[in-house]
Amino acid sequence: MSLTYHLQVVNLLAALLLLISFAMLSQRRIVGLVTLFAWQGAALAVSTALVGWSTGQHHLYYSAALTLALKVIAMPWFFYRLVKKLDVGRDVEPMINIPTTMLIGIVLVIFAFNLALPISQMSGTVTRSTLGIAMATVLLAFLMMITRSKAIPQVIGFLAMENGLFFAATSATYGMPLVVEMGVALDVLVGVFVLGIFFFQIRETFDSLDLKHMEKLKER
Amino acid sequence: MEIYWLLGIPLAGGTFLALWGNRRNAPEINVLFSLLTLVAAGVLTARIVAEGPIVVGDDWFFIDSFNVFLVALTAFVAFTTSLFSRPYMRIEKEHGRLTDKRLRLYHSSYQIFIAAMLLALTTNNMGILWVSMEAATLATVLLVSLYRTPASLEAAWKYFILCGVGIAQALFGTILLYFAAEKVLGSGGTALLWTHLNAVKDQLEPTVLQLAFVFLLVGYGTKVGLAPLHNWLPDAHAEGPTPVSAVLSGLLLNVALYAVMRSKVLVDGALGTEMAGSLMMGFGLLSVVVAAFLIKRQTDVKRMFAYSSIEHMGLVTFAFGMGGAVASFAGLLHMTMHSLTKSAIFFAVGHATQSAGTQLMDGIRGLIKTNPTIGWGLMLGTVAILGVPPFGVFASEFLIITTAMHEHPWATPFLLIALGVAFASIFGKVQPMVFGETELPKLPYQPALAPVFIHLGLVLMLGLFIPPYLALWYRQAAALLGG
Amino acid sequence: MSTGIVLQIAQTLLAILLAPLLMGWVNQCRAWLQGRSAPPLTQPYRMLRKLFHKDAVLAHDASRLFRFAPYIIFACMVLAAGIVPTIVNDLPFSPAADVIALVGIYALARVFLALAAMDIGTSFGTLGARREMLVSFLAEPALLMVFFTASLISQSTELPVIVQTLAHKEFAIYPSMAFAAVAFWMISVAENARIPVDNPTTHLELTMIHEAMILEYSARHLALIEWAVALKLFTYSALGIALFVPWGIAPRGDLGALPLALLALLVKMIVGGAALSLLEAISAKVRLFRAPEFLGTAFLLGVLGMLIHFLLEV
Repeated sequence: MSLTYHLQVVNLLAALLLLISFAMLSQRRIVGLVTLFAWQGAALAVSTALVGWSTGQHHLYYSAALTLALKVIAMPWFFYRLVKKLDVGRDVEPMINIPTTMLIGIVLVIFAFNLALPISQMSGTVTRSTLGIAMATVLLAFLMMITRSKAIPQVIGFLAMENGLFFAATSATYGMPLVVEMGVALDVLVGVFVLGIFFFQIRETFDSLDLKHMEKLKER
Repeated sequence: MEIYWLLGIPLAGGTFLALWGNRRNAPEINVLFSLLTLVAAGVLTARIVAEGPIVVGDDWFFIDSFNVFLVALTAFVAFTTSLFSRPYMRIEKEHGRLTDKRLRLYHSSYQIFIAAMLLALTTNNMGILWVSMEAATLATVLLVSLYRTPASLEAAWKYFILCGVGIAQALFGTILLYFAAEKVLGSGGTALLWTHLNAVKDQLEPTVLQLAFVFLLVGYGTKVGLAPLHNWLPDAHAEGPTPVSAVLSGLLLNVALYAVMRSKVLVDGALGTEMAGSLMMGFGLLSVVVAAFLIKRQTDVKRMFAYSSIEHMGLVTFAFGMGGAVASFAGLLHMTMHSLTKSAIFFAVGHATQSAGTQLMDGIRGLIKTNPTIGWGLMLGTVAILGVPPFGVFASEFLIITTAMHEHPWATPFLLIALGVAFASIFGKVQPMVFGETELPKLPYQPALAPVFIHLGLVLMLGLFIPPYLALWYRQAAALLGG
Repeated sequence: MSTGIVLQIAQTLLAILLAPLLMGWVNQCRAWLQGRSAPPLTQPYRMLRKLFHKDAVLAHDASRLFRFAPYIIFACMVLAAGIVPTIVNDLPFSPAADVIALVGIYALARVFLALAAMDIGTSFGTLGARREMLVSFLAEPALLMVFFTASLISQSTELPVIVQTLAHKEFAIYPSMAFAAVAFWMISVAENARIPVDNPTTHLELTMIHEAMILEYSARHLALIEWAVALKLFTYSALGIALFVPWGIAPRGDLGALPLALLALLVKMIVGGAALSLLEAISAKVRLFRAPEFLGTAFLLGVLGMLIHFLLEV
């Protein structure tokens, strides 16, 4: 087995992506979470570009640029502004304590790796083995969404999930057709925009972004 | 060509209404655009019926009997809902629950929502299908929270997050699908085109497709409202404005199920096993049972009918899961019946809650006295959705259950018990709402309930007699689903 | 063979002699970073000399265990220093213990230290011993995970083989080792009683761990323990170097590479010591009940490293 250097770097970035996911799980402050999210986007953009460069799939440059513009610059900026404007940068206590969350995270990672193993074995792409990491990132983001009670961490979890999916697309298939990717990016952008409006609505109505206030609708 | 009109009109409508704002005639413009969409859909349908399946626009769009039937249904219900919403939203505004700005948002999002659904139905690209499903969700999130009450915000948030997570699973499924397809079709745009995939479906890697289908089913299934992923549905239906509940229930759920079915055809071809069908049957049956028992506990009328939607979508999923010509036929028929009936019920319920000033069933009494039209509309709609003959729902439910008895006898008792429970609870709750004692005065204005009776009339007609060309059409569609 | 034995003895002696120097270097850097005037580099040696010249005072209730413990602890550390390759790889003594046994040797030293601390029955001793056991109970599995990651890559638990494989690897970058490195750093910090888990300079009863255990020792016993502590830091650093930056360690029988290996060791130790003091200077000590979280993270990183190895590098 001999991988070229840049694909080894891609592997390293994959590992980094997973590490950042865990860091996000353990992060208590919203601002820190946004920063980590930006870093995750950066790792994603670099790895996408590297895969594109090393395999000659030049359309991956566009998606790398898209990721860079949206997930490293635009969205973190938007979130920073939002946090500042809504004054919600304080600590957030997760609903399950952090070590327990981490342990659940490990279990999820093992599960994802197991699930991905048979698939990556038949994949023809060079970066096949990163599929498991992508899946683990998705699951960890999902876990974060479940364990956080504030609105912004939940959304960041959602976007981190999208990061994982993008990574799956680049690592397993060298990216989806560009039109689809554009569409996905557009959806994400509109989604964040809608959410921005939504945050203000929630804040206006509940005077807080804590979703604990939003537990009225339940089956009795 | 029709296809561009079909998608262009609602899109143009959305843009126009966003710019136009809520002038005096905005609702009428909304109706006009919906009508034009319906006309375009009609022309397209006529062409498909005459010429058979077509692929247009450089392989971008693909229309066969299965989706053109849904296109027609979508355009039709969208049109009648716009008719209903014209007076309804006006009264809501008079009650001070809505402002001009929000109505502008409503009209514009409504058209964009329709455009997104039509795109989802007609696109040939599984990736674009995903994109437009997500777009449909986004277009409706702000509609659910239109009233800006705490409860509606909560419902919209739940809707956004749960469906967002669900749809992310579907994206993962799509990626896996592309991953499998790329090896057969080569990378690039063609590997996600459904017609191309369908042609080579037996060469796709089974293990990958198996996993892909699980993700796709979970993802789109969340939007169908299959238990246990249904949590968002009752909230969104109950807290959003009634026209939104009507289109969510009558249309969006169908479109999501359509996405599942498109995937199922591919997966069945690749696997050659019953795996996809069994999964769908399991989810479907669970939804039917869970929803039936939850109906019993509801106090909010819109919530109750939302659960009834889960129940019926579960039934359709179950029918499609069984596969085979008869079950698929019954599933398609039931999809139609449910869309028409449920949107009619929501129209009637909308007026009922508006006149009573509450959505709690205890607060709505004696509709037959305050306004006989609403009362009869609600009663007939309820009777129809409960599957009482001669309404069409009876025919489709009957077909589904007899097929189930024949092929999967173990499932029959669950279905029958669930349907029985649902019948008893819904009927028991609607009856006093319509015939109970009330002190409220007669409704001062005449509600616009023509759509209700148009829908119910259609359901009744289809229950008594399915025109031969329509039956042929359903049969063609059922055959496409692997009948 | 005989050169091997000579080299073995030389390497062990070198470790024993250099260990206080590393300690002195770390303290010096820390003093600089804190803006204090630094003690001379040789301060630890002077302290050891001073302690050896004093008369030992023993508590009334001290048993024989209390007196023997320092020797055992020191012996354990010397043993570890003999096993971990610092300048020459694959010496005659290294097959004596693989990485798992190495963890055992450290554990042995720790057990005796804790027993001795409880032996005299003071409350501080017991308290320190309990805390130490808590930390090590969490640190050891994490350390094992790190070793397992390295072992999986090299298909062996023998240190010489691991060093050999990692020094001439097929991958330029092992993502799993990156995780393991971070985990190892955290574990070393905890095991060597440094900030943020423990503070080697504090005697505050609320926070101290290691210092609480050795409060009753004096003179030569204390000297041996202090020396053992320095040796422990040295061997941990050597371990870290061997696992993560093994370049420069001379292969067996290549005497020509020795000067270079020595130089490499010195440079790495200087950089490592400076990094340690820098991290200590910028981080705050965590509360004791947060220490499990800290070590849990280390364990998690170790496990992740192993998992990633399975996924990416097989």
